[in-house]
Amino acid sequence: MTTPFALTLQQSNAERLYCLNESAERDGLQRGMGLADARALCPQLQTMPADREADGHFLQLLARWAGRFCPWVGLDGEDGLLLDVTGSTHLFGGELALLETIGERLARGGIAVQPGLADTRGAAWALAHYGGWGGDEAGAARHDQSPSCPTTQQVSHQASRLDTRLAAPGKALAAIGGFPIAALRLEEKVCTGLMRLGVRTIDALHALPRATVTRRFGLEPLLRLDQALGHREEAISPLSEAPHYGVRMSLPEPIGLADDVMAVAARLLDRLCDKLDRQGAGARVLQLTMRRLDMEASQVELRLARPMREALRILPLFERGVGEVDAGFGIDMVRLEATVVEPMADEQMASVVLSHGRSDRKVEGSASPVDHALDDLVSRLGSRIGLENILRFVPADSHIPERSFSLQPAAWTKAVKAWSSPDGPFEGGRGSAGGACPRPVRLFPPEPIVLPLSAEPDPGRREPPAHFRWRRMQLSVASARGPERIAPEWWWEDPAWRSGLRDYWWVETRQGWRLWLFHTPQNRLSHLSSWFVQGEFA
Amino acid sequence: MQDLLTDVFPLRGGRAHEVTGQGATVFAAIICGIGQRSDRRPAMWLVEDWRTEGLNPDGLAPFCDPHHLLLARVADQKTMLASAEEALRSGALSTVVAEVPRELSFTAGRRLQLAAEEGKATGILMIGEGMGNNAAESRWHCSPLFSPKFRQDQVVMPSQQTSDSTLQRWQLIKNKSGTLGCWDLIWDAETRRVIVVSEAGERPHSAARGHDDAFCPHVAAE
Repeated sequence: MTTPFALTLQQSNAERLYCLNESAERDGLQRGMGLADARALCPQLQTMPADREADGHFLQLLARWAGRFCPWVGLDGEDGLLLDVTGSTHLFGGELALLETIGERLARGGIAVQPGLADTRGAAWALAHYGGWGGDEAGAARHDQSPSCPTTQQVSHQASRLDTRLAAPGKALAAIGGFPIAALRLEEKVCTGLMRLGVRTIDALHALPRATVTRRFGLEPLLRLDQALGHREEAISPLSEAPHYGVRMSLPEPIGLADDVMAVAARLLDRLCDKLDRQGAGARVLQLTMRRLDMEASQVELRLARPMREALRILPLFERGVGEVDAGFGIDMVRLEATVVEPMADEQMASVVLSHGRSDRKVEGSASPVDHALDDLVSRLGSRIGLENILRFVPADSHIPERSFSLQPAAWTKAVKAWSSPDGPFEGGRGSAGGACPRPVRLFPPEPIVLPLSAEPDPGRREPPAHFRWRRMQLSVASARGPERIAPEWWWEDPAWRSGLRDYWWVETRQGWRLWLFHTPQNRLSHLSSWFVQGEFA
Repeated sequence: MQDLLTDVFPLRGGRAHEVTGQGATVFAAIICGIGQRSDRRPAMWLVEDWRTEGLNPDGLAPFCDPHHLLLARVADQKTMLASAEEALRSGALSTVVAEVPRELSFTAGRRLQLAAEEGKATGILMIGEGMGNNAAESRWHCSPLFSPKFRQDQVVMPSQQTSDSTLQRWQLIKNKSGTLGCWDLIWDAETRRVIVVSEAGERPHSAARGHDDAFCPHVAAE
């Protein structure tokens, strides 16, 4: 990009430049500058908000990519990679060639990099961040990625300057000695303090008597100096590989009996569950792939109601799926993979005493055998009818009767204690408000009632009609209670509530039905009946 | 001679029962509530997914605890029976309610019965009017009852929640291990139990005598 461009970030109540391109730097902009100042300096500046999460994700990907150069790759801050290239530089034709390769490959992807390579992590960091010091630094883009490689080394994609980014073995001080103090990864405060005393470069710091520096600034400056010069060791922590939850078993002879497949699955499950246990994870979706002799593969997918890692509980859930598989000429390879994994805390074993009769007081988070049985049942039924079809009532905050609750898949929700406690006396629940506003047992989409022909239409009438037909039944009203006025939620567009206010009546008929009728007083346009039945009481 | 309701109610556990009539939902909800309270296992309600008449948890709250009630939507009756059997057998549920729209075969009924025994759960099949199969332990016909007299007198109304404790008529029309019966009762939401109101000779339903009186042996004998 040739026009000035910058990413901005909201930092302590001000938009500041987070990252900028070379063109913007040439115009005198700097990282950390306020956006308003930057615009004043450079009116044609284009900006976009920074997405640090995506940046972090990208850095992870880059770290994974960097695994091609050496096995140990770690992260350095938000914008650096740390490669321990000890012993792997010769594969790329030497240290300088390695830096060139890295620079070239990244440049092909449009990524500018500032590498640095030295004996120690500290020196490599200094070379990566201050490697162009003294040269035409203003021209160098300070970009997202600056791989720094420790223990042995680290780096700029301009080949001409690469040697200034490289510290020969044992020559760390010579390479970084002229860099400012900040190249030692010191705190801002310490840096400023040292600068005030005239200690501007690493050389100057190195020349000072150690005792005086420690007395004035604590251990940090010398610790960092020692780390950079290799007097004190500093490890890098490579990123751990994401664990892979897949196990497989190849069989010397093909098998075809469901029992045999289950036996194989049991062994695989044991291994998989061990792995899950070590990682503190539980499987949410499991996939059992059975490859037949003729290379066809059939899969059984198991979606679990809860993250699980107990082989004994998971195994029976596979029975139904395995029973339906066509083994053909036989199965010679079985593979089990946990395709969706969720973190799962270690569970406290619920004691037998607690699970009997006192389960209401069981430790929060512990699962009783009843819960386990229910989860297993939900998983099993879920494999038959789909996990999303096993639902739980979840209260919702609305006066609209059909929206006062929602149905959520039981596998992803926990029972809430909002309606009533099973132990306390019934308070009539949340919505029914102690019986003042009774709610029907069944709700259905409003069904218009038919008024007898003899009754002259009276739009102003507020009381329920004395006689009406509903579902081809002639009903006569014995008593009615109401109205309970419910207003539509204007912030929630709902076609069913376009007719405006509803006056709900509890109506008991002589025929026994107890219905929930409503009337829409605001709806004067409709020539149809403005009375509807929406629910049925006990 | 009529038995006391307490002889047959609460329903015998580990069996599948049938219920029909307008009041079937409430009957099933009451059974769910009893199951939830007595052995602390949740209940499950199976419906076919094309049904528009949904259960309303706010309305169910006086009878059972909606947060321990799972709702399973199934595609057809075959799936429903298979799911109901699995749910009954699992032992994780106290009550399994299935809204069965079509006639069951004897085999299907018997399988549910065996599953209920194994899982020590109560099965409730909500069947259509006039249906039923011989495998069921008992069959109930429940309907709301209108009684102006009862309303005027306000005889036994421990709680003044007239809306929730509405008069119901429960008829036991099939019973494998006992006699049949017919009771008029109200649900008392405070104490969460049914209160039989019609044990005396005077019957409160004189105003509304429909065709269904034929089901009621007591009335038929009058």
